[in-house]
Amino acid sequence: MRVTLKLLRYNPEADQAPHWESYQLDAEPMDRVLDLLHKVKWETDGTLAFRRSCGHAICGSCAMMINGVNRLACKTLVQDLSGDTITVEPIRGLPVEKDLVVDMEPFFKAYKAVKPYFINDDPPPARERLQSPEEREIFDEGTKCILCAACTTSCPVFWINGTYIGPSAIVGAHRFIFDSRDQGNAERFRALSGGGGVWRCRTAYNCTEACPREIPVTHLIEEVKRAIMLNQL
Amino acid sequence: MAHVHDVLVIGAGGSGLTAALFAARHGANVGVVSKLYPTRSHTGAAQGGIGAALGNVEEDHWEWHMFDTVKGGDYLTDQDAAEVFAREVIDAVIDLEHMGLPFDRLPNGKISQRRFGGHTREYGKAPVHRAAHAADRTGHMILQTLYQQSIKQGITFYNEFHVLDVIFTEDGRAIGVVALEFATGELHTFMAKSIVIATGGFGRMFKVTSNAFTLAGDLQSILYRKGWIPLEDMEFFQFHPTGLYRLGILVTEGARGEGGILRNASGERFMERYAPTIKDLAPRDMVSRAMYLEIKEGRGCGPNKDYICLDLTHLDPEIIEHKLPDIAEFSRTYLGVDPIKEPIPVVPTAHYAMGGIPTTLNGEVIKDGDGTVIPGLYAVGEAACVSLHGANRLGTNSLGDLVVFGRRAGLASVRFAEVESFVDLPPDAADPSRELIDGIKARSKGETPFAIRKDLQETMMDNASVFRTEELLEKQVGIVQELMERYRNVVIQDKGDRFNADLIDALELGFLLDNAEALVHSAKNRKESRGAHAREDYPDRDDDNWLKHTLVYREAPGKVRFAYKPVVLGRFEPKPRTY
Repeated sequence: MRVTLKLLRYNPEADQAPHWESYQLDAEPMDRVLDLLHKVKWETDGTLAFRRSCGHAICGSCAMMINGVNRLACKTLVQDLSGDTITVEPIRGLPVEKDLVVDMEPFFKAYKAVKPYFINDDPPPARERLQSPEEREIFDEGTKCILCAACTTSCPVFWINGTYIGPSAIVGAHRFIFDSRDQGNAERFRALSGGGGVWRCRTAYNCTEACPREIPVTHLIEEVKRAIMLNQL
Repeated sequence: MAHVHDVLVIGAGGSGLTAALFAARHGANVGVVSKLYPTRSHTGAAQGGIGAALGNVEEDHWEWHMFDTVKGGDYLTDQDAAEVFAREVIDAVIDLEHMGLPFDRLPNGKISQRRFGGHTREYGKAPVHRAAHAADRTGHMILQTLYQQSIKQGITFYNEFHVLDVIFTEDGRAIGVVALEFATGELHTFMAKSIVIATGGFGRMFKVTSNAFTLAGDLQSILYRKGWIPLEDMEFFQFHPTGLYRLGILVTEGARGEGGILRNASGERFMERYAPTIKDLAPRDMVSRAMYLEIKEGRGCGPNKDYICLDLTHLDPEIIEHKLPDIAEFSRTYLGVDPIKEPIPVVPTAHYAMGGIPTTLNGEVIKDGDGTVIPGLYAVGEAACVSLHGANRLGTNSLGDLVVFGRRAGLASVRFAEVESFVDLPPDAADPSRELIDGIKARSKGETPFAIRKDLQETMMDNASVFRTEELLEKQVGIVQELMERYRNVVIQDKGDRFNADLIDALELGFLLDNAEALVHSAKNRKESRGAHAREDYPDRDDDNWLKHTLVYREAPGKVRFAYKPVVLGRFEPKPRTY
């Protein structure tokens, strides 16, 4: 089939502002949007810039806004999209560096702020710490996160509020808050209950819809809010 | 811009982050240079598990694991490496758990383990539960956990920096690197006492591969270009039996570990003929060859008889949804096939380089068959060849390799940094890198990287993949040489500085071509069949002449020289390899 790929282009070394450019290409229904981007880059316009690595939705490099929705270019097939025009623009809320490449530093800074690492200062046992399958199941959803930023950059509060850490960072915190082996909640709750923390969330559910790993992001954020409230009581 | 670190790690996958963590914990000022954000590294794509004789499900011993590794490697595995590995990986897995890694659990709260290809009890009697796992995203969990710990440790990262050169003193000590910053196009120099290379493999030289687009063997090539540093055992490249049809995306061996069966067009479980004892859980090289032969003899599945069916339909859907959720989703997303209802179409996919930069057991890079160490330079993981995997790597042993040898190299790099001082980089250290970039950018007439890379990938697949012959390899030697000549006229459209992915594409193609040259020459030179190196014209293993490691040096483009390194034997005498 013939499709039109409409890309929001921006070259900081030449352009005043982002602008749309269209490319006509042949595509198969099973082609990934990533395949189409490669086709443009490799066969038509080598100046096109975008990030990608694994090509199958595990590395989190290629989150983009495709037909108005945040998705991974490598997990979105042509047949998943209606119509014969596909629009691709950078994810929103992070500074655009070039074409589809955004500055990821603010995103990772927010992630680091919630202390997204295992905290347990007891001397470890000789073998593994024990954990029941049920205890393990409680925090399973959050462990799937690939830090692609699709959720955070779909969040209207994140777009408008300059300090909100965003859904992804809260998912990163959830993964440890509900891990029976972890002891770092006091530190994490401080980071999460501040001005840029969980209370900024207005449960718009954009994040849940955007997650390419099908993590129930909004639900996890609600669980974190509840944990903080219970902790305060 | 110039940076200084005691220990500089290149690459932020499992082996690089492990080395960085252990170096930092022992007091070194550590920097990590990575061409990707760390969590984008391809360790994250590993699925099935990390093998260690924990014995959580059934009796197991490190000696059994060592034996399986040596036999799986078709006796080219260095047995000192296999022993160190099988002993230390137990501790390394426990250490990952202590870092918070969310392994799946048994009802008694211990880490859950599953069966995997080539891992057996009592020296080959039956498959054993050895692979510790977290669903089918074990690599993802390892990568995330190590990155999280690196944040905790406060390690300095240089993300999206592409290393283009390693700098040596005249007497051959590694003292620094030159890297291109993707965001700005600026060249940075890094002065370091110890440099640890952890940049992964080069599967992108093949058309069908499980490897990320970014895996081009950058550092293997950079060292090989020097002429005095060899690459080891480059002829041994693993094809994983189950890549998604056409795409090559990995479907874990854990699918067969959980009971999945490979079937040909008539529904036959053909692995019973090739490996009667452990059938579908035979090592990868044997399964890939069996699949290739089934297809070649007309028993492939589908309208074009060009794939094999991985049948999971007899499994409890709960097992598929809980233990293999990601591969079920890949199959649904990319092929429209629901593995609960119908078999998954699969083909062998270029997966893993057993060969690479030769090292000692502590990751020190060596430059000859006598094991002479290059001071200050270390290599680990898929980029290195220690040689743990010999002629064929067992499933799960790559993840174990990362943490065992990552730790050893991290500690060795600190010890070296503690007693040595910095050596100033020459003022012109970055000049060759600048010339390389300027040369590509200045060219206006020639071919794009795409055309050359496509030809490389297709011909490598046709002439140097699962089965090889003198004739095909001779042909491919010539083709790679022609491609290198074409590459001298590679042109790019993007002449800018910022986020110039066009330039990166061209540079990576140059790296791939060097690795391909080393691979095809080494494959043509080795006149026997062993592990993943299967020669139709020399179908047998020849221990009298070839129980030795290949070292390949580049003398000039297209011209190589070979040296050899003895295999470290010991506990297990080489025997015929049947399963």
